[in-house]
Amino acid sequence: MNRLRCCFILGFFLLAAVLAGAEKMPSLIAIRGARIIPVASADIPSGVILIKDGLIEAVGPEVTIPEGATVIEASGLCAYPGLIDCYSTLGLAEIGQMPQTVDFRELGRINPQLRAWEALRPDSMHIPIARASGITAALVAPSGGLISGQSGLLRLTGWTPREMLIKAPVAMHVDLPSFGRSMGFRPAAAAEPSQHFKELEEAFRQARAYEKQKEFAEKSNQRALPDFNEAAAFLQPVLRGEIPLWMSVHADKDIKEAIQFVQREKVKAILYGVSQGWKCVEEIKKSGLPVVFGSLTNMPAGWEDGYDALYRTPALLAQAGVKIAFSSQSSSAAKDLPFHAAKAAAFGLDKREALRAVTLSAAEILGVADRMGSLEKGKAANIVLTNGDILEFKTQVKKVFIDGRETDLETIYEQLLEKYRKRAPR
Amino acid sequence: MKIRKILFLLAWLGLILAPALARGGDLLIKNGKILTVTRGVLDKGDVLIRNGIIQAVGTDLQAPPGVRTYDAWGKYVIPGIIDSHTHVALSGTNESADTDTAEVDMADVLNAEDLAIFTALSGGVTMVHTMHGSANPIGGQNVVLSLKWGRPSEEMIVPEAFRTLKFALGENPKRANLSDSEGLRYPQSRMGVNAIIRREMLRARTYMEQWARYLAQKQMKNPPKDLLPPRKDLRLDALADLLRGKLVARVHSYRADETLEFLGLAKEFGFKVACFEHIPEAFKITQELKEAGVGTSVFIDSWAYKIEAAEGIALSAAYCTRQGILVSLNSDGNERIRRLFNEAGKTLRYGRLTEEEALRLVTINPAIQLGVDKIVGSLEAGKHGDLAVFNEHPLSAYARCDLTVIEGEVYFDRAAYLQEREEAAKRAKAPKQTGGAR
Repeated sequence: MNRLRCCFILGFFLLAAVLAGAEKMPSLIAIRGARIIPVASADIPSGVILIKDGLIEAVGPEVTIPEGATVIEASGLCAYPGLIDCYSTLGLAEIGQMPQTVDFRELGRINPQLRAWEALRPDSMHIPIARASGITAALVAPSGGLISGQSGLLRLTGWTPREMLIKAPVAMHVDLPSFGRSMGFRPAAAAEPSQHFKELEEAFRQARAYEKQKEFAEKSNQRALPDFNEAAAFLQPVLRGEIPLWMSVHADKDIKEAIQFVQREKVKAILYGVSQGWKCVEEIKKSGLPVVFGSLTNMPAGWEDGYDALYRTPALLAQAGVKIAFSSQSSSAAKDLPFHAAKAAAFGLDKREALRAVTLSAAEILGVADRMGSLEKGKAANIVLTNGDILEFKTQVKKVFIDGRETDLETIYEQLLEKYRKRAPR
Repeated sequence: MKIRKILFLLAWLGLILAPALARGGDLLIKNGKILTVTRGVLDKGDVLIRNGIIQAVGTDLQAPPGVRTYDAWGKYVIPGIIDSHTHVALSGTNESADTDTAEVDMADVLNAEDLAIFTALSGGVTMVHTMHGSANPIGGQNVVLSLKWGRPSEEMIVPEAFRTLKFALGENPKRANLSDSEGLRYPQSRMGVNAIIRREMLRARTYMEQWARYLAQKQMKNPPKDLLPPRKDLRLDALADLLRGKLVARVHSYRADETLEFLGLAKEFGFKVACFEHIPEAFKITQELKEAGVGTSVFIDSWAYKIEAAEGIALSAAYCTRQGILVSLNSDGNERIRRLFNEAGKTLRYGRLTEEEALRLVTINPAIQLGVDKIVGSLEAGKHGDLAVFNEHPLSAYARCDLTVIEGEVYFDRAAYLQEREEAAKRAKAPKQTGGAR
């Protein structure tokens, strides 16, 4: 009896181990025959990508496939690095007009303590849709107020917020007034940017003073330890240069003032939006700051900017040598990220530069180029297999690997259509 | 009697000849890839426009003396894009003080100087159906415009188009997304919306009976004493026109269920529905839409902005097309209007339509929906010389509109626009001249 039970338990564990093994991803995968677009180097007309334990082990025209590797035949397909959306509200906004489902905005002006990723809904219906566009990582960011909070970089697969987190915090977000989503060409917003910069400066001054007070108190028993100051405490990583300020700016005046501000404060920064960037290409270039564009499906700030202001600014800045990246600025339209890059290419941006701006340049700006953004040995195996140019509408995304694991490409689109297709007689 | 006949004939001749005599432009587009939409693709072809009308689509066409030639080598030529549902060129959108405002006519509030007209032209759009908003169960009458930027608004109106009346269902007429102070009124529910539409149809029917009775009584040998005509009511006149088939309904609807209920109302009162607007859930009721012969005018993938749009899947437009429904893609706004060709391009991805099927969604299909397919919507001899030229295939994500032409006149020319901008920049940089002629 006892032996029988022993055998049963042993058998159970054996079975469990086998099942667990089946569940686990194969440690060696070879994608064979695809046209490889590594981004960091020249295209390989036909080659092999070898994946080991979630990382890219080798890329090349002639890579020996080790025995035991799972081979994925990909001839006729293109292999790209996963796209990176540099600013989204994925998982933070489900149905735009229903505040019950929107979590990227807080009350108040100075909110450096907010962490966007802590409000994340991993099973947002928008995430698989973005993934099916070939997007494998996205920055989720807060907005609103003056200092809106911290953003985090997510991998677009996983069951819990923490499982999805690649890097956090990535940046501290500052929201300067935009022109709004105007319904037509509007005259440039008559905001008082200087006032906002004064407010920012004051927040920085207080944060520095707070840190000084704490230092003094530690050094001398004569000095009192200051009360906890939330805003001051959470601004410290910015002051220490650990994370950049994400300056969301649009008017040319604001862009110039933002550049002066970050230089004065000696902090790292990323410029975001820059609707009127075409007016201050020289200043942006000199600052050395990278630029991330918001959705290009917006109207320009004013008639005098020209109808194509948002479309041509990426080309102007890239040609001047500024590092650029794109973003969806959305959750329900996050999937459109590649099309923003293509739009900029239609208005003068080099096509390869457009691709780089949604892959390697994006990774560089977000500080994760050591881990992703291109198909290179040692980087995460975030790989997208397509039947054509990844920035084109007509292209179909066939497979998406994130950290070497093939992901599910089914979305609510297919699920709903299937449900109702059954209704119609065929 | 004879003179009358001759006059009648002359009047007819005038009507027939008027379009030919009307002032339109002359233009020859040379060596482009011509996507006619209805007659296939010419890999290297020409389009000749005389007096605003396409005279020929073919190869090796010669420009008559004095006719401007545009070299479209390496470029793509398509019929002018038509937007089946927008609100451009208006100085007002909603008359929301009442729930039935059928007497309101958008042709009365045209704004020929709306910059959105230029925006639309920059995306190859040549004709729009500009509409009353969705605040009311029964909105106003809409108008079809040819986007002749710089011309007076009267010249923009397209008289051949259907007369249409806007209806709206769901969240907007029930004011679900407004605060109580802005939006508290009857109706607050979908039952209220339908009850109002039914009430107004019954009122219109009674009004028609009153008039019919009055006219019959007037004809009697012994008319009743003190016979008076019914009180004239412009609102009910419009609804009576709908019931007589002189107006067709264009219905803002989101959910499948409310759409079906509206089809029921249309059947109950015997009026024609030309098209359902937005209708993100169209894919759920393709059989009913097909049986009713009603088209849809939709976004390709703008969705999830409100709960009634939460199931507006991007596959719907292509699926409905394949199910035999007449689908068009609309802008509904001033920004999307300049990228309708991009919206059409997305149907190659979402639903894998063919290039021709995709192009139809923004050209001939909206033309059919608006009753103007005899004059626009494809590149064919005899139709208006409305077209757009693109640097790449218009369904490519890399496409850019370079030229927009209406009736042979150029209304948007990117090259000229860039040159003008460059010169303006030079002038701004040049030292200011003092006095003298400029």
